[in-house]
Amino acid sequence: MTAEIVAKQFLEAVRSKDLLWWLSGRSEHTLLSGPSMEPTIVNHDIVFSERLSRHLCKIQKGDIVIAKSPFDPNMNICKRVIGLEGDKVCTSVLSDLLKTHTYVPKGHVWLEGDNFRNSTDSRNYGPIPYALIRGRVCLKLWPPQSFGTLSESPTKAIIKSQSGSNSD
Amino acid sequence: MAQQAGRRYLRAFVSGFFVAVPVTVTVLDRLAYVARVEGVSMQPSLNPEGGSEDDVVLLDRWSVRNFQVQRGDVVSVLSPRNPQQKIIKRVIGLEGDFIRTLSYKNRYVRIPDGHLWIEGDHHGHSLDSNNFGPVSMGLLHGRASHIIWPPNRWQRMKPSLPPNRGPLETEDDD
Repeated sequence: MTAEIVAKQFLEAVRSKDLLWWLSGRSEHTLLSGPSMEPTIVNHDIVFSERLSRHLCKIQKGDIVIAKSPFDPNMNICKRVIGLEGDKVCTSVLSDLLKTHTYVPKGHVWLEGDNFRNSTDSRNYGPIPYALIRGRVCLKLWPPQSFGTLSESPTKAIIKSQSGSNSD
Repeated sequence: MAQQAGRRYLRAFVSGFFVAVPVTVTVLDRLAYVARVEGVSMQPSLNPEGGSEDDVVLLDRWSVRNFQVQRGDVVSVLSPRNPQQKIIKRVIGLEGDFIRTLSYKNRYVRIPDGHLWIEGDHHGHSLDSNNFGPVSMGLLHGRASHIIWPPNRWQRMKPSLPPNRGPLETEDDD
């Protein structure tokens, strides 16, 4: 990619204020491994996450987050937030004929990987407590050809809430 | 003259403030934390008199950074129901233990990997694992090591399991 395109993406990131959080020292960069977030994030990508959204409880549906694994506190997982507390989420797998739904309990979030066929996430182990979230991924740092902000969910798994704004 | 002296004091104060605040925040974040205990869920160990004066405990954050806790430790965890609240309870079981629960939906529970079973000492007046099940170790915040206030309650908190609360002995030992 040309330097122009890289510079344009960089400026977009600065404008979205995520770089300011980085400068304040409340953020981290992480090397990711595994296929569960393909195609948005692939094996060995390095992403950049900020912690302020988590502390201000401003994590939203559709955000990609890094969280502590519920079964091993020394491991981290990177998934997309599909549902916040009170939201209705779909729990059935592809092979099911009937779609089953559940509601996310208070203080929890429902996470799913973008690569829904190859991801261990809330569909396997249920919703996880919000407090396990470490930060929100805002930028991809490496490889340089895909530097920049990350794309929306490719799976359309997010059920928009009925109440509230009519246009999203 | 007085104006210049005043400005110098202000500059000294501001530069001192900016050094003191990050050091304090780092200490609170990594080493130790002082917290007032509210409520009666840990009676009689904490707040035995109820309303008159709340205990203040020293929370050791350094020893939980590797998630090493023992059964009987009093720990503070981030609440699974409310991420902005911290609750203080006693660790009853570690991962792999079989627990007979008091008021949980299942009578017997095997604690999953990476989870803990926590209970308040005052059964029935405590929101703990009997309500929301095993809690993930990633939610561990600190271990209450000492009661530091009021002065007549100065003591070191030792890990001890309440009577009849603890993991069930299984036949095969590993």
